[in-house]
Amino acid sequence: MSDVERQWTTRLRRRAVAALPPDKLLPDTQPSYVASWIYVFGVTTMSALAVVIASGCLLALRGPQWWHTSSVGHFVNSLHLWSVEIFFFAMVVHLWGKYFMAAWRGGRSLTWVTGVVTFLTSVGAAFTGYVSQTNFDSQWISTQAKDGINATGAGAYFNVLNTGQMLMWHIVLLPLAAVLLTAIHVLLVRVKGVVPPFDERAGAPAVTNHDANDANDTNDEKVVDA
Amino acid sequence: MRRRVESTRFRPDVDAPAWRGGHVPYDIIKEGTIAFVVVALLTVALAVLFGSPDEYPLSIKSWSTYHPVDFANTAVKELDGTSASALYGAPYNTASPGQKLGPFTLARWVGVRIPVHSARDFVLGPLASLPGEPVLKGDLTQYERATPATRQRWLRAYSAAPISFSNGALRDGATQAGPVPTIISSLTQMARSGALDQGLITQSGFYTTNYTLPLLFLADGSYLSSVATHQHLAGDQWGMMNETGNYPGQAWLWLYTFWYQIPPLNTSPNADVLVWAIMMVLTVLLALVPFLPFVRSLPRRTKVYRLIWREHYRNVQSIEQ
Amino acid sequence: MSFGNVVGALVPLNTLGRYVHWHFIQISVANLIVIALMVLTFVVALVAPFPGRRRRRENR
Repeated sequence: MSDVERQWTTRLRRRAVAALPPDKLLPDTQPSYVASWIYVFGVTTMSALAVVIASGCLLALRGPQWWHTSSVGHFVNSLHLWSVEIFFFAMVVHLWGKYFMAAWRGGRSLTWVTGVVTFLTSVGAAFTGYVSQTNFDSQWISTQAKDGINATGAGAYFNVLNTGQMLMWHIVLLPLAAVLLTAIHVLLVRVKGVVPPFDERAGAPAVTNHDANDANDTNDEKVVDA
Repeated sequence: MRRRVESTRFRPDVDAPAWRGGHVPYDIIKEGTIAFVVVALLTVALAVLFGSPDEYPLSIKSWSTYHPVDFANTAVKELDGTSASALYGAPYNTASPGQKLGPFTLARWVGVRIPVHSARDFVLGPLASLPGEPVLKGDLTQYERATPATRQRWLRAYSAAPISFSNGALRDGATQAGPVPTIISSLTQMARSGALDQGLITQSGFYTTNYTLPLLFLADGSYLSSVATHQHLAGDQWGMMNETGNYPGQAWLWLYTFWYQIPPLNTSPNADVLVWAIMMVLTVLLALVPFLPFVRSLPRRTKVYRLIWREHYRNVQSIEQ
Repeated sequence: MSFGNVVGALVPLNTLGRYVHWHFIQISVANLIVIALMVLTFVVALVAPFPGRRRRRENR
């Protein structure tokens, strides 16, 4: 092995390209069974996440209390609220769809697990947003939620009555986690491909594939009907 | 490409058949762009149509102004250690063992990490910070030097007579209550001026972003919960998923708030920790759906997938014929 | 008693919430609409014809 080949950088790049060659990362074809409106709810969820983050960034420009006193700020807050509603709406429909496709088959269980963890992180991100609003809602929600969180012992460190702490979790830690998890989730989908339909023909399939790299298989196997 | 072909039995809910079929053109960037534009436009439309809720926060000032008697009664409870926060336990104090998950008292194990002493933090400390007020200073000194038994006697005497409010001042018929009437009426006046709101948040210095003390105090009274109940936000009203006004709330918390509505959880003193434990178990089960024998086979058995992939199955059928 | 300016909201929803009570279940009309729309969207996504894929054949 040459010096260059031994380098960490070279080895990392080789592994990354092997796992996700460019035509898998940004595919220009997809298996022909992907033909249903149910497939649009993943990308809808991510689009809503983008709008949530963009409207949150606009709110951040003028600080946490701006939206109470400015009609422009209040409108940006409305964008933030409704994009969050669309985000959860689309994510739940996406989850139902993936469940009924049994989309974990063929070595895709980690994709399912990361999806569930992303959902949980999003619930936490939304919750910290509700308690960071600095209005009646945040007063009531925080004083109620403290009992639930304190009962687990976590309240000693995650103090929902500490508005500054909640705001930090809401605008830094949880969005970062949600975006990272989403990225991992999407990369796993790209690596493993979209789950193929159940095989309903009599008898077991000729190939039992546990690694499931087929769905977006190499280009030379593809037959594209335009 | 690494491919592991195994000879073990094909498990239809775990393994996927190898795809030998065709591929069609797919413009992932175009799809993403269209989705983003559609979602952004829908967001703008909903924001223009419905706006968003923003109810005024309550304050110690508004509480003591509109409901001075409730405020004064709460202040007495803070002083004699019978308010909700005074009896809370961890993480605020050691007054209670806290909620139990079977044999486990999780909060007590973690201990007192956010110390709250209700008499000192909500009543005596803020009053001592007031400048001047020689009469009040004398009463505070008398209270602090008294034995616990004497304090209890004063507090009992004060609580025995009903408190009323007229002409801008608290009225009480208490006799032999020592310095307690002065303390409570001074705190009420301080609260009505707005100074107590400031007094409770500036304990850690000039800058603060921590509202633990004023929120605890506010939650000890009945004003906050009565406003919330009017808005249908209370815990026994499925309030966790509700929002002020007619706005949709955190509907995704429906299952979390559901458990609080049914026996025995709706009356259990350990409801919070029990509901949390139930939700943790259910969450782990949701994450582990791909590994749960019955649950993971339901998609195949219900055949909803035939709708999703109907074109594929039509094609397969026509090829086989 | 909203504290921000509700400029821009054509149908402001900050009136006292309407709720549906059914046995022990209480749900706001707003949440009910959101959940009903979710189920409706799911069903429509399953049954609505997906455009542009009519003439495709799979090679097997």
